[in-house]
Order: sequence, then structure tokens, then C-alpha cells
Amino acid sequence: MTLLEIRDLKTYYYTLRGPVKAVDGVSFQVKKGEALGLAGESGCGKTTVALSILRILPPGGKIVGGKILFGGQDLVELKDKQMREIRWKGISIVFQGAMNALNPLFKVGDQIVEAIKLHEPKVKKKQAWKRTETLFETVGLEPSRAKHYPHEYSGGMRQRGLIAMALACNPQMLIADEPGTALDVIVQAQVLKLMSELKDKLNLGMIMITHDLSIITETCEKAAIMYAGKIVEQGDIVTIFKEPLHPYTQGLISAFPSIKAAKRRMTSIHGSPPDLLKPPTGCRFHPRCPHTMDICKKQDPQPLKLAKDHYAACHLVEMGKTR
Amino acid sequence: MVEDLAIEVADLKKWFPVRKGFLASLVSREQSFVHAVDGVSFKIKRGEVFGLAGESGSGKTTTGRLLLRLIEPTSGTIHFKGKDITTISEKKLKPLRRKIQIIFQDPYESLNPRMTINDILAEPLMVQNVAGGEAEVMEKVVQILKDVELVPPEEFLLRYPHELSGGQRQRVSIARGFILSPEFIIADEPVSMLDVSIRADILNLMLDLVEKFNVSFLYITHDLALARHMCDRIAIMYLGKIVEMASVEKVVYEPLHPYTEALIGAVPIPDPTAERIKVVIKGEIPSPVNPPSGCRFHTRCPVVMDVCFKEEPPLIDVGKEHYVACHLHK
Repeated sequence: MTLLEIRDLKTYYYTLRGPVKAVDGVSFQVKKGEALGLAGESGCGKTTVALSILRILPPGGKIVGGKILFGGQDLVELKDKQMREIRWKGISIVFQGAMNALNPLFKVGDQIVEAIKLHEPKVKKKQAWKRTETLFETVGLEPSRAKHYPHEYSGGMRQRGLIAMALACNPQMLIADEPGTALDVIVQAQVLKLMSELKDKLNLGMIMITHDLSIITETCEKAAIMYAGKIVEQGDIVTIFKEPLHPYTQGLISAFPSIKAAKRRMTSIHGSPPDLLKPPTGCRFHPRCPHTMDICKKQDPQPLKLAKDHYAACHLVEMGKTR
Repeated sequence: MVEDLAIEVADLKKWFPVRKGFLASLVSREQSFVHAVDGVSFKIKRGEVFGLAGESGSGKTTTGRLLLRLIEPTSGTIHFKGKDITTISEKKLKPLRRKIQIIFQDPYESLNPRMTINDILAEPLMVQNVAGGEAEVMEKVVQILKDVELVPPEEFLLRYPHELSGGQRQRVSIARGFILSPEFIIADEPVSMLDVSIRADILNLMLDLVEKFNVSFLYITHDLALARHMCDRIAIMYLGKIVEMASVEKVVYEPLHPYTEALIGAVPIPDPTAERIKVVIKGEIPSPVNPPSGCRFHTRCPVVMDVCFKEEPPLIDVGKEHYVACHLHK
């Protein structure tokens, strides 16, 4: 069952130097109990997608086109008051940077109780505390720890606290923005394992936003690769990682060394990501692409359906020349 | 074979005193310390790429800074090419600084924003007074820019760091490290601030330069997947101590220490069909102020024994230069 469907989403940031096309025509679906990994380099627009879904864009950011369908409603059209009903109860988010996302002046438990009380005013404070303690157990924290302040937590515990907070109002969908960064590998593995378990247990739809492809293979069923505001390729992870068709996907995957693979010279993609104030004409990847053709400079390739759920946007794929 | 050794570190320690509040200092006289580096020994051969890996707080960065004498060690010795440099004076240290250089983590902070690329690269040559005249300085700067593939060099000479991308800045940083033709280079997480797609370029560049200049290289990192493809030998640190040290193949495929095993197992693999053996250990790295007694890893170790609580395992060679500090391997 499709939980969230995004159709041709466009989000621009209006700056003095002109509009920054951070998200420019992105479409994907997330089913219940399924995790989608949204991957790309910094500045490719992956976080903006998350902020657009929850409609919490910073000043200057505006959704200028497309639909975000969740539970039969188009979130783009909703009034602010209606949108508030969706946040936390419908879709919630675990922010990047576990170190800064909690308020240092309040006990972690109080911060979660506040969220519950705000979204479900009928719940008594005592009940809300009970729920908070249950949530702490769910995410593997001592319930008594709810009475402590964020500075008394370690990095991994804070991340767990944030996950507990995101789950406070039983959402159907969870967005995690860089859940592993700023954590050590062992703690990162613990947190990722917890998220996968919660997804299965609560039948959550999940979007994992990360620059680290290896995190996606560990936790997700599907992957969407973003470049300069567009999804260049998406599909199930085995297809994406084993038979990638878009040259950017291929480049990104080979830029990730595996610890178990034989020692090799690492490869990378030449050049750096474009300035989104003036994105390249035609295919946005053409200045860095090893297979650029004339058409790439002029015409923007459209996503082409190759198999069930497998899409790629590349002129080479259209011509059937890739690989 | 002293000539083949670039650097030799024996039982190096660095304890940082913990500052206390006024009232606390009245109650107790006892001074507590952060045991950042607590008895580390290793050798790096000439032309070798040696990795120092561990979680944050394991003391790897402190070790790197100690080698450069950017901070003074509490005890232990550092020998550079057979010469003890642990306590030599600042004045004698200056010519040594030419031989030992560092590349920092953050290219956004380690380059002076008010200096042009030319100034940044010429400064070490001026300070060390190694070039005969301005023309030679210029020549060397242009050459090193070519070496780090910032071409054409003329286009970069008069630019400021803010005009460059992250990858280009780190290339400048690398150029600055190599311009004095050093013999030993320390790189502290040189790519962790960079985008994934350009990391490999920077790492390959460093490997090429290491080979070209025949320098010894200490690569400090938390990313084991990258270390695996960079290093010849690797040492795993935990709470200020080396728990295992061997060739990178040995450490990755036949880890002996339970901590190394957990660390390797926790590294995510970018391959959905790869076989996964997960030994996720519990908890996080304890505070280095009061490190656990006996083996420091006993609080998290899945195969802990009685002896681990009491006795600290020494780092011993179990054969073929594979060192491990664990009571299981004796």
C-alpha cells in the first residue's frame, strides 16, 4: 500500500541572486513497512525534499510545483493548521546532528511529553510520562533516563532519544536525515539496527536521507539517487547497486570502497557538484559525465521506466547504449 | 636497520589535567587526568603508509599531534630517523619541522582566508629559508601546484581560499604539506569534510605523492573502509591504547582482538548482497578520565574473562608482525 507519493515536486529558494532550484521535479513513492534511501552529495537537495514533505522550509524556501500525496491528501494544498495535524502524528522526522537537536535546558522526557501534549491535548501529563517511558524502552534506553538532561547523554543515547521523540505520536511515516553521521561506527551500527527493527515492528514507511550509500544497503529496500535537484535513478537496492545504469550512480557506487573488497585504487567522479543558481543546461550531470554526447548539453533527459520501480534519467539509457 | 625507520614511538603518554572548580579544589587535592594517549608504541618504516584508526576519543589525533611536538608528551619517547626528538629544544626543532609535516582535517579552517594561495605556499619556504631568492620560491610554488593538479598554476596563485571548492582547498593544504619535501607526513582525517565523489581523488593524490617523494605517511582516520584501501599497516586504538596492529589485510580479514572484530563488523558495506556477520557490541566508549581497570575494553567485551578485570594485557607479537593486546591471545 502506497503511503506517500511525491509527484514532480519543485522547491526553490528565493535569494537575492535569483532562485536556487534545490528540488526540481522529484517523484517517488514509499509503501508501508518500506524504507527508501535518498542519497546524494551535499547540496543535491535531499534535505530540502524532507523539509518540503513536512512543510518546514526555512524562509525563502517555497514549494512551487508538484504534489505530495499522503493518506489521500495533498500536503502542498493544506492550510497550516491542517498541516500541524500531519506532523508528528502522520509523518515525523529525526534530525541530523544528534548533538544539537535536543533542547539543553529541558529534561529529555519533558521534551517528549511536550510533543505528546501538543498533538494530543486530551492526554494527561501522567499518561504522557508513562508513554515516554515506554518509548524509552522501545528505543533501548533506561526509562529512568527520561528525567535526565541532554548533556548527561552520550551521542548514541541522544540519537535514541530523538528517535523516541519522533515516535511519540505513533506516526505512520518516519524521515531520518543523516541518522548515522556524527556517530562512531559501532554506535552507528546500533542505531541503524534499531531503526530497521522499529520499521518492521511498527510497519513504518521510512525515508533515509544520507550521503553514505553503504548505510542505504544496510537499512533500505529501495534507493533513489539525487543529483543537483533531480533523481537520476531509482529502484530496488539490488538493481541500483548491482546494475546501475546512470553514469552518476555508477560513479558514486565505485567511489565507495568496501572494507571487505580487495585493496584497489579508489575511483571518483571528476569535478564538483554544480551551483544550483546556474545549473548546467540539458542533463545536469553532463559537465562531469564520462560519456557526454551532444544531446546531453541541450536536452534534459526524462526518467525512463526500465522495469518495475526502476527508473533512470539518461540519454544513454534511452538509446540503450549504457554498459 | 635504523635507516629504514622513519619514526619510532615508545610508550608515549599524554595526560591532560582536568580543571576543577574552586570549591571542588578545596574539598579534594587529588588531580585527575584525561588519559588521552596512554602508552602507545609503534614504528613507521620509510615509504610506508601507516593507519591509525579508532572511534572518537580513542586518542588518535592526540598521537598525531604529539609526533609533531605540537603538544608535549607526558612521558615516552619519539625517535625520528634514530634521533630522539622527545625533548629537544624549540630551536633545534625548527629544522626538523621541515622534515615532518601535517595535513589537517578541515580545509575550510586550516587555510588563512586573508592570504592568497601563493602566500600560503611560499610562507613555509620563507620561514625555513630553503629557497635562494624569490624566483626559486615562485618556481617551487608553481611546481607543487602542478603536483597537486591545480592547473594551470597561474590561475590559482593569486586566488584566495574562499574562491576555491572544498576539494581544491584540500589540494592546497596537501601542497603546503609537501612543499618542503618532508620525509614524514601526518594526515588527520584529510577527507572527512569532503564530498564522497571527490574523496577518492584526494586520497589517490596523496598516495601518488607519497610514492613520488618517498615519504612515510601516518593516516589518522575513523573510516576503516577508506583506511583499508589506503594503508599498508594499521593500528587500532581504543581509549588511548593500541589494541591491535598488523598489515591491513590481517586486521580486516583475521582480526584477533574482539574490539577490532566488532569495529570491522560495524562498518556498513555498500553491497546489498554481501554476507553480513554482525557482532554489534553494546554501549559506548567509556570516559578516558577514569578508564576501566585491567583491559580497557572489558566493559563492552562479548568474551570477557575474570583476568580481564584485573590485569592489563600487553601488546604482544603473535607472529608475522601481528600485534594484539588481549588475554585471549597469549
